[in-house]
Amino acid sequence: MSTDLVIKVGGAAGQGLQTIGVALAKTFKKSGFNVFATQFYLSRVRGGHNTFQLRVSDEPIRAMPEKVDILIALDEESIEEQIEEMFDGVIIFDNDVIKINNNNDNNNGIFFHVPMLKIAKDVCGNKIYSNSVASGAALGVMCFEFDYLAKVLAEVFKKKGDEIVDNNIKAARAGYDYAKKNFSSGCKFTVSEPTDKDGRMLIAGNDAVGLGALAAGVQFLAAYPMTPSTGVMTYVAANADDFNVVVEQAEDEIAALNMVLGASFAGARAMTTTSGGGFCLMSEALGLSGITETPAVIFLSQRPGPATGLPTMTEQGDLQFVLTAAQGEFPRCVLAPGTPDDCFYMTAEAFNIADKYQIPVFIMSDQYLADSLFTCQRFDPSKVKVARYLMSDEELADTDEYKRYELTPTGISLRAIPGQAGKVVVADSDEHNEYGHIDQTIENRILMNEKRMKKLDLLREDMEPPHQYGPKDARITLVGWGSTYGPLMEVVNILISEGHSVNHLHFTHVFPLPLEATKNILGNSETIVCVENNATGQFAKLLESETGLHVSENVLRSDGKPYSPESIIRSMREKGVI
Amino acid sequence: MVSVEDYGEFETEWCPGCGNFMILKAVKRALAELGKSPDEVLLTSGIGQSSKLPHYLKCNVFNGLHGRSLPPAIGAKLANHELTVLAVTGDGDCYGEGGNHFLHNVRRNPNITLIVHDNQIYGLTKGQASPTSELGMKTKVQTHGVFNTPLNPLSLAISLDCSFVSRGFAGDVAHLTELIKKAIQHKGFSLVDVLQPCISFNKLNTFSWYSERVYKMEEGDHDPNDRVKAFEKSLEWGEKIPLGIFYVNEKPTFEDHLDVLKSGTLVRNKSDPQKVDELLDRFI
Repeated sequence: MSTDLVIKVGGAAGQGLQTIGVALAKTFKKSGFNVFATQFYLSRVRGGHNTFQLRVSDEPIRAMPEKVDILIALDEESIEEQIEEMFDGVIIFDNDVIKINNNNDNNNGIFFHVPMLKIAKDVCGNKIYSNSVASGAALGVMCFEFDYLAKVLAEVFKKKGDEIVDNNIKAARAGYDYAKKNFSSGCKFTVSEPTDKDGRMLIAGNDAVGLGALAAGVQFLAAYPMTPSTGVMTYVAANADDFNVVVEQAEDEIAALNMVLGASFAGARAMTTTSGGGFCLMSEALGLSGITETPAVIFLSQRPGPATGLPTMTEQGDLQFVLTAAQGEFPRCVLAPGTPDDCFYMTAEAFNIADKYQIPVFIMSDQYLADSLFTCQRFDPSKVKVARYLMSDEELADTDEYKRYELTPTGISLRAIPGQAGKVVVADSDEHNEYGHIDQTIENRILMNEKRMKKLDLLREDMEPPHQYGPKDARITLVGWGSTYGPLMEVVNILISEGHSVNHLHFTHVFPLPLEATKNILGNSETIVCVENNATGQFAKLLESETGLHVSENVLRSDGKPYSPESIIRSMREKGVI
Repeated sequence: MVSVEDYGEFETEWCPGCGNFMILKAVKRALAELGKSPDEVLLTSGIGQSSKLPHYLKCNVFNGLHGRSLPPAIGAKLANHELTVLAVTGDGDCYGEGGNHFLHNVRRNPNITLIVHDNQIYGLTKGQASPTSELGMKTKVQTHGVFNTPLNPLSLAISLDCSFVSRGFAGDVAHLTELIKKAIQHKGFSLVDVLQPCISFNKLNTFSWYSERVYKMEEGDHDPNDRVKAFEKSLEWGEKIPLGIFYVNEKPTFEDHLDVLKSGTLVRNKSDPQKVDELLDRFI
């Protein structure tokens, strides 16, 4: 029988639910399961109601269903909020800490009291170990092999010393034994351990982007911290010394992107990380990148706006803004990873595109992809190629006069950097001539504008075609971009099992759209349904305007939460698509 | 040998008689006298008449956005710390639109020289008040006269413990050249605030207005290592306006704190994607 189990940990910020959740996620991954974990948190350091949810399966998974099997409730609110999601599941809680009003007889079977605090005190003499008791108890009700958790706890607490490690393992073991012995539906949630224990990774989207940047040889990162993008900055900073990277926390986002442009102009591979609100401040420098033809990689992790919006939740609401940000017209490239693998390889690709075309390149993620943990195959750094497209000293020395903006058939000029071979490099935010000096004549303006815009044609050829999932000639095609990849794949699986004719077309290369490939694939679709985490169908508009195709229906969600497969199917039913 | 001629001659868009010409002359002389060749020098600038200066001499140039001469300067300096980097800006550009970058780069202390053409007026947009305009100055916008307290760039810089704070006068090219030379030679963030008459729009702070007031602080009279004295000197404004080096504080530069720069410039570092392989183990 295949395993598909959802465990949720609920509590206030500061109660340690993330520690429990991550420990369990690592435990199941270690034993060979596929794991997918998402977080829901509020913008506060302590208190509030947060959750950490993980799904365990022997099939590949990238989405979270709405039902919960095991709930570890660290506070009363968790029970109130989550009880609706329980379907034949169990709520593990400590009755000494949480008082429940259980007037509903139907609920009787689902509560399982584990005296976490008491066990922690009895076994380790300190209540702080009650979270480990909870982790153990969750495994106990599943009659799962305990050793994996012991190994994970040893890794997690290694830095804190042997005593802390031992106490955590003892506490977890006690919780495990208690649950195994006392859970009335004993071993109801038993899962059979997969035999395939290959070296897969458990990784969050943000870490994968950071790894991709390091693999691509990022040399300079300037950013202003902003949820949910900060993880990338932190990851690169943590490894900056080993990888010869300078990471600077800028005074504001305006400075961040301008610093990146200065570093890039001087020849360094440079990137910034931000979210929509921060990017608003960067849009001025985005235009500067455009007119000075200075490469820049901008990692933009979306969250719901406008303004401060919902700081810790998810949305795909910034696409149209990114496509048109800054005054005037200039080429840009937008990539939207759908998985951690995409995050890794496409971040590296972003640097090469930026350098080749000398343009700003966006990696658009969102809170859902940034913060979720996924199991995936180990990334292969040998697949990452670093292509700088810079003139060599010899080439430059052979050039009589270096022209930074030399007019060429492709619009791409050879790029030299300051301090090279006795030549000078001039870049200007004003309209400029081939040498980079101000030139406001109409003739020059036309030539320079054409030169820049021309690059889009060539760039379009580099854009990868969308990825098709499911039967080729299905009646309904679900179109998505970025992080909705996982949920939409599951929707296709579920609907096909119900007898529907449906497939999924997923775009990672969002702008410029690979037109021919898109038209070829979508041209024969009877019904195109665009599914996006926003209120207005931003990608659908882009698709329609670029390809001339007609999107039949939009399935949209902008309440701050990611898509569950069920919510997409519900919406399709409401709209009469299925 | 580097000569002033190596920095070329260009046609300008400045008004005849503008103080900018003298600043340009001083910058070129200072660079030539220090033996800096055009290819090892990077000038960054923002927007304004001052910020056109980099276009009027031959060297590496990054002429960016209004108020943003400093962020690209520090980015470029970190990418290639062997470049001699000067940010050229005006009072509106640096103290108005770019005020935040000014504050934080004083705090960072990169080895960059900041030259501010301080004409106490907005020239490019034709005569509105700047952050350093005198109280009471009437303009087409400040119709009742300026009533916002003028920003004192020197006092502000000293209060932030800026490592080199100086003031020059566009009417004294020889003195200004020496100041710029010292500022470039100084290891750390160095401010050269230059009093610069705007002959078109500032009818108050004219060549003669400045000439009657400015005086050079003699080395014996003023000890630039004394922060409190430097602060006192920076407050002197009115009948007498001091010129020279107000404050010097040798301290580690931003680059000094970065071990990764010790093995060479960032731009010359070669990367190896395979190196992330060891990091991947941590996710297994």
